[in-house]
Amino acid sequence: MAHTETHAEQQQHPIKLYLLVWALLFVLSFFSYLVDYFGLQGFLRWSLILIFMMLKAGLIVAVFMHMAWERLALIYAILLPPLLVLVFVALMVSESNYVLLTRLAFFGSSP
Amino acid sequence: MSAPLKTHPAESLPRPAGMAGLAADWASDQQTFKKVSWGKAMMWIFLLSDTFVFGCFLLAYMVARMSTTVPWPNPSEVFALEIAGTHMPLILIAIMTFVLISSSGTMAMAVNYGYRRDRKMTAVLMLVTALFGATFVGMQAFEWSKLIAEGVRPWGNPWGAAQFGSSFFMITGFHGTHVTFGVIFLLIIARKVWRGDFDTERRGFFTSRKGRYEIVEITGLYWHFVDLVWVFIFAFFYLW
Repeated sequence: MAHTETHAEQQQHPIKLYLLVWALLFVLSFFSYLVDYFGLQGFLRWSLILIFMMLKAGLIVAVFMHMAWERLALIYAILLPPLLVLVFVALMVSESNYVLLTRLAFFGSSP
Repeated sequence: MSAPLKTHPAESLPRPAGMAGLAADWASDQQTFKKVSWGKAMMWIFLLSDTFVFGCFLLAYMVARMSTTVPWPNPSEVFALEIAGTHMPLILIAIMTFVLISSSGTMAMAVNYGYRRDRKMTAVLMLVTALFGATFVGMQAFEWSKLIAEGVRPWGNPWGAAQFGSSFFMITGFHGTHVTFGVIFLLIIARKVWRGDFDTERRGFFTSRKGRYEIVEITGLYWHFVDLVWVFIFAFFYLW
């Protein structure tokens, strides 16, 4: 399979970049822990959790998994399909609300 | 590594970038993923399928939590520990998060040293990664036994909604299994690196084919994915 080696390109990046991302992940994790430690509630809690989560996931995929240096053909093939899960989420949110209302209507206990 | 054979001079032309490149790579009968070997492409596609597996688990958890009429147990309190007399909410989970992130950091560095063909550094960093991973699994085993001792079962628990136990065991159990297999994967590849298989072009036991240092990066992809899944579990199950 000698011809595949002509296509494969090595992912060589400075270690400094990895250490920076490592530090950033530590800071972001610490912040998300603080969200719970200070007992933030409601919209602020959820939005902070989601922001820190997406930042951490983005750093891991882009730098540690080298997605930032891949060609668009691979990036789209891997990162677009999971977005369809959001459609599934929307469906299941509606379904969950229906199940909850049905349970309340038929079993009468309040949440 | 054998010298590249330039048998297709047309392919040495620069590929178009951006959206034009996307269309060009996917168009016509050719290798779609340029720069990426079949091994790396297949690991990515496996990880994509695994994303759907964990996506469905987290969705099932969301449905259970949204549709129950019984209050959901407060994870902040359930996973709290008393350390030196102080009550620390969620402290074990926070430590596990830091352990897993550290393992990702050492893994990224192992990939770097692998491409420099630094055999010893690569193997040592992979072993450190495996050690962090084993630590993580050990802490998870502690967490499971603590919760089981407190009466958490897949069909009920002392604090609220019965689905808490089933969601918890299902999601963290599957993730812990992934970490365990990752540790085994790391140990196998670290042994090959240490022995110099990719320098002497020793043939693989099962495949009878020569390996390359790229396998370190492929192992790394799997390992970083395990860390990635934990980011989502930490956010949705433990913090939400």
